[in-house]
Formats: sequence, C-alpha cells, structure tokens
Amino acid sequence: MLIRRPADLAPSEITPQEIYHQRRNFIRHAGSLALLGSATLTSGSALAAALNGIAPNKIPIEDKPTPRKDVISYNNYYEFGVEKEDPAHYAGTLKTRPWTVVVEGLCNKPRSFSIEELLKLAPLEERLYRMRCVEGWSMVIPWEGFPLSALLRAVQPQGSAKYVAFSTLADSKMMPGIKYPILQWPYTEGLRMDEAMHPLAILAVGLYGEELLPQNGAPIRLVVPWKYGFKSAKSIVRIRLQEAMPATAWAVANPKEYGFYSNVNPEVDHPRWSQATERRIGEFSKRKTLMFNGYADQVASLYTGMDLKKNF
Amino acid sequence: MRAWLKTPSRTAISLFKIALFLLCLIPLTSMAWRFYTDSLGANPIEAITHGTGDWALRLLLASLTITPLRQVAGLPWLMRLRRMLGLYAFFYALLHFTTYLWLDQFFDWAGIAHDILKRPFITVGFAAFVLLVPLAATSFNAAIRALGGRKWQALHRSVYAIGILSVVHYWWLVKRDITQPAIYAFVLIVLLGARAWQREKERRRQLRATPLRRVIPINLQVK
Ligand code: HEM
Repeated sequence: MLIRRPADLAPSEITPQEIYHQRRNFIRHAGSLALLGSATLTSGSALAAALNGIAPNKIPIEDKPTPRKDVISYNNYYEFGVEKEDPAHYAGTLKTRPWTVVVEGLCNKPRSFSIEELLKLAPLEERLYRMRCVEGWSMVIPWEGFPLSALLRAVQPQGSAKYVAFSTLADSKMMPGIKYPILQWPYTEGLRMDEAMHPLAILAVGLYGEELLPQNGAPIRLVVPWKYGFKSAKSIVRIRLQEAMPATAWAVANPKEYGFYSNVNPEVDHPRWSQATERRIGEFSKRKTLMFNGYADQVASLYTGMDLKKNF
Repeated sequence: MRAWLKTPSRTAISLFKIALFLLCLIPLTSMAWRFYTDSLGANPIEAITHGTGDWALRLLLASLTITPLRQVAGLPWLMRLRRMLGLYAFFYALLHFTTYLWLDQFFDWAGIAHDILKRPFITVGFAAFVLLVPLAATSFNAAIRALGGRKWQALHRSVYAIGILSVVHYWWLVKRDITQPAIYAFVLIVLLGARAWQREKERRRQLRATPLRRVIPINLQVK
C-alpha cells in the first residue's frame, strides 16, 4: 500500500521525478497486485502483472513529470462537468468493470475486447509524455499503456480503412454532464490511419504506475502526445475503422475553432487565444510551445506537403 | 418595514459602509490566503484571473442594482453605498487586468497589443476597463462638484455600456458552456430593463400630468 500514500509525494521534499522512479522500482521489484486496490482485484492483478515487466520509455524526455496530485485533480472531462475540478469530484461514479471495447468497421476480424483481454494484448510500456491542452496549459504525464497499433493489427484493418473513429462512454446514470448538450454525446474523436498506427499513439491504462483513475479516462484511453489534449479520448468503448473522416466532437461543436487534425502548432493560433506559449502546470513563467509538442522529429513526416494552417 | 432600516441614522449608515467595505475585501483575502497556502488548485494563475474577473463583474452588477432596489424597496439611503461598490468593481478589474499583464503575458507588450486588437473577447474586456477608468477617477465629491451634476451623470451613464461589454467579454471567452455568462446577461438585462421601464413610467406620468399646459399655448397661438 506504500505506493498509494500521497505522503510519499510531498513535493517539497523530493522532486516528483525522483519519487516516480522510486515508485517505478518499487513496482518492478514488488510487482504486487495488492498495490492496485482490492475493488478491482481481478483486472488489477492483470494490470499489476503487466506493469511488473514494463518496457522502458521509448522516447525519453528531459521534462519533469507534473505532480500526480495535479494530474488527477485538474482535468477536462465534460461528461463529469465543465469545471477543472468537476471530474475529480464526480467521476468516482464511473464503473470501469466490466468494460468492453468494440472494434469494428473495415477490418477482417471485427470483435469486442474485454478490458482484461486488452491488458494482455501487448506488453505494457511506460511513456513519459508531454500533454498540451488547447487552452494553453500543459503537463508531463507518466502513462502506462501499449501502442494503439497493436490493437488495430489484431483486427486486421482492410486497405480501404483510412480513418479510425473513437467513441467514448456516454452513460447519463454515471455521468452527470451528459444531461447538458454542451458537446455531442457520445464524445467522438478520430485519427488518420497512419497517425493511429504511429508508435507514439498509445492506449493508456495506467498513470504514475497505478491503474488509471476515472477522471483521467479509466479504464482505457487514447494518448496522442503531439495533438491537443482533447484528441486523446477518454474511457473508450468503440473503435471504428472507416473510409470517411470521422466527425469529431469539438470540430462539430465549433468548426471555425477546432479542426480534425488539431496538431500542437505554435504558429497556428486558436482564434481566441495564442498557441505560441503555454503554462506548464506547477511552473510560474510560461514556456514556448514546441512544434508538434516537441515530437516533430517523430511525427512531422506524417504531414509533409500539407498546409497546416488549413488543416488545423 | 422597521424604522431603522427605512431611515437609518448617520452612524448606522457608517456602520453599513464599514461592513460593506470589509465584505468586498473577502474575495481578495480569500484568494490571497489560498495563494499563500498553495490551495488555489493546479493552475493558480488561472484561478486568480477568473476570481478577479468574476468579482469585478459581480460588483459592477451590484452597483447597478442600487438604483432599482432603492426605488422598489423605498430605501433612498442605499444610494450612499453605490460609490463603494463601483470603486470595488474597478479595483477587482484592475487586479484582473494586472494579473493578465503580469502573470499571463509577463509584460510582452507586442503580445498584449495583438490580443487587444485581434481577440474580440480581449478587445471588449479592454474597452470595458478603459471606460471604467474615468468613472473611478471621478468618484469623489470634488470631481462631482467640478464637473457639475449633469455632466457627471452623463459621463457615468457609460456604466451601462461597461456592463454590456463585460458580459460580452465573458460570453465570448467561454469555450462551450455559456451557462455562467448567460446568468450574468440575464441579471444585466433585468437591471437595464428596470431602468427603461422606470423611464417609460416617468414619461407617461409626465404626459398625463401636463396635457393642458402643453396644448393650451399652441391653441392660443392658433387663435
Ligand atoms: C482590461 C482588460 C481585460 C482583459 C485583458 C481581460 C482578460 C481576461 C482573461 C484572459 C480571462 C480568462 C479567459 C480564459 O480563461 O479563457 C478573463 C476572464 C474574465 N474576465 Fe476579463 N479581462 C479584462 C477586463 C475585464 C472586465 C472589465 C471585466 C468585468 C467587469 C472582466 C470580467 C471577466 C470575467 C467575469 C471572466 C471570466 C471568469 C471566469 O471564467 O470565471 N474582465 N478576462
């Protein structure tokens, strides 16, 4: 239980990164399912076992991880309310077991996966990623997950599949925000096939070495670190391979302000605010926003020849 | 109504004023305390921007409530509290603007100018603030005397425009959920509506009271 105690995280004593690596080692050495809380024991054990043999981060970054307390208390998850604190207050009602994700559309082996199956689909990896919100703030988050490509390969996409559409849970009983027509529910997101197959795009199931919390999109969410945060859909229940570009929630809500691609781009302003700088949560000064959120070396080639001002 | 509330003594009014003064300081003290104890959440600067903006708008609307409330409730002395509410609205707007200039933009004047010119929500917020300055600057007795009541009143009518600009500022800055700005818009419409209604009532009363005086001279002329 040591790992769950916030006392371990006193930010004044040691830097979060050091703690994080301590915790990492703890998981590696102990590898105990007891770490993951008894409420989700069965699936927890699968996750804990997987976390035990975790592969190291593919692309190490220098940035310091954002303190866990901020990552789990400052969230945009409109199904639970529009204020940043709302998800942490209200998402406790989200039942994440049983959970299935249907993968369908233009593929040879459409099927549904239980969360237990998904946890065993591929070795879990730790990924320390920058997360840049379209509102101008950012975090650095240690995720645990596996490449989205592993899931897509499992259903054998057909050549005609050009896009991947993601739908997330919309259950008015568990999600108070669904009552209000703020966005189109269920929340939908999408990626182009080559973006979805990119090794940086992952499905995350853990955060800071623990099972994902509801406010962060439990039990399984997308993380696409070179795009604005809203592209990384939470609590996914359906993935569809299709030929047409999916209508994504924010682009439907306000097509002038949000596009399909929504790549982090300091040169393309949001009409109402600048995207040139960002406030890293926990920092006083602002920092310059990096092209593709600092992942240009890895992903810029996906967009060669495209006018990124038009395809925002 | 109790007599002391209807026509409070000088001392009672002074006490009301002191109480209101302290009351209006609570949001600032609370924000300062939470800043100091690191309990403003993950993004304290955003919390301060929002807190100061919210209170600037609330106090502005509170100052606009005085006139209709005084008429409806029959409490003319409420007028004596209006200046403090208006000045506090300006005070919070000033904190709000300073937060933006300093903690948000770090005095990047080019970026600030770009925002004011190109981002409509900043344009209207800035316009509201600029219009507030002369009102705050003339909110003391000597200024009223120097300007003369009529001129002073004409100048201070711009508070209606400031109210509208401030609500539009809020409306245009929210990403999606317009509930909050819609509530403020509703309150503002009620407050401005009350004035329009009052003026219309006054006009009709005058019309009814003065038909002869108006008609007779014309008739005489015709004769
Ligand atoms: C001097 C020019 C002004 C500037 C540059 C300015 C700037 C801003 C900014 C940057 C925000 C936050 C936007 C966001 O979070 O996306 C904001 C919010 C706000 N501002 Fe202003 N503002 C100005 C004047 C005013 C005035 C005069 C008022 C009211 C009297 C006002 C009331 C508000 C309110 C109510 C909010 C929203 C707070 C919330 O979301 O809870 N602002 N303003």
